[in-house]
Amino acid sequence: MYDIVSLISAWAIPVMIVFIPLYAAYRKVPVYESFVDGAKDGFDTAIKIIPHLVGMMVAISVFRASGAMDFVLGWLRPLFEQLGVPTEVLPLAFLRPITGAGSLAFTTDLIEQFGPDSMIGRIASTVQGSTDTTLYVITVYFGAIGIRKAGYALKVGLISDLVGFVASIVICYLVFG
Amino acid sequence: MVNWIWLFFIVVGFIVAAWNGNVEAVTQAAFDGAKSGVTVCFGLISVLVFWLGMMRIAEDAGLLSKLAVLLRPVVRFLFPSVPKNHPALGYIMSNMSANILGLGNAATPMGIKAMQELQKLNADKDTASPAMCTLLALNTSSITLIPTTLIAIRMNFNSVNPAEIVGTTLIATAISTAAAILVDRWYRRSRSPIPPLKG
Repeated sequence: MYDIVSLISAWAIPVMIVFIPLYAAYRKVPVYESFVDGAKDGFDTAIKIIPHLVGMMVAISVFRASGAMDFVLGWLRPLFEQLGVPTEVLPLAFLRPITGAGSLAFTTDLIEQFGPDSMIGRIASTVQGSTDTTLYVITVYFGAIGIRKAGYALKVGLISDLVGFVASIVICYLVFG
Repeated sequence: MVNWIWLFFIVVGFIVAAWNGNVEAVTQAAFDGAKSGVTVCFGLISVLVFWLGMMRIAEDAGLLSKLAVLLRPVVRFLFPSVPKNHPALGYIMSNMSANILGLGNAATPMGIKAMQELQKLNADKDTASPAMCTLLALNTSSITLIPTTLIAIRMNFNSVNPAEIVGTTLIATAISTAAAILVDRWYRRSRSPIPPLKG
């Protein structure tokens, strides 16, 4: 299963890069002109995201560097201990939705420290792999089209992150425990 | 809500730094954050330019509408407000497929393009439409078949079975995606005045 899927993943992009223009040429589309025409929008879109992303990154960076993150985590640690879950993975619940690079670094650190085949290593891998960075996704997607009122989207994203975190722990204990 | 989270991060960050006698950290962190925001956007330029060009070819060739037809039942269920043959559906489908295959740098441009198409259907350009919220929910919880980055990291640290987390990740991601769809539905129902699943 893993081999098949990773084979598909490896082939997907090269095949698309060949197949799309080839099929379009067959349908008499001026492929190069079409490409350039569409590609033009890429730059503007990326530039439009800058203010949103800078705003978000500044806030997250200040929150982490000041030690506020550790402070909040210190509060929650006892609760986690009561539940019998390794407290080492707790920071991931907070890092995962707000910073992709930060949570990946943290996961790597846990894997290095406890080993990839430890329960902590497995839980961290599962948590990291099962969701995306909610705050980043919202900022980039809504920033690109100029949406300022995100509605309930953020709540939905954060609730599903929490569900994913709890599910990861439960599943790891069921499968590997 | 974004406003509050943003304010919370900055204010609490400042207070804790001041309490620890480390206010200079705030200055440094603010500018580091700003810099990485710009760096990430610049990294996005090449990916966006390339994929948006590629997707335009696909759109002109009629491939996107084909894709949308193929998976219509799923999309109709998730995005009842989008008209049948609207190009947004094709982009949504390509975004979802790229996510499932773990092609992160292809998924983002397609998702953005889908958002742009949904924005054309949106009456209030400042506020996210329900369809946008659904698309976002699908992306934040993104179903992934193979978490390639993590398998690589586990290999790096000599795991006996680096891919053993594929199964657990798949179940966890399916659960969080299901939760995202359900919560999205719930909010959508409670917000919209009369016809529940519309909009």
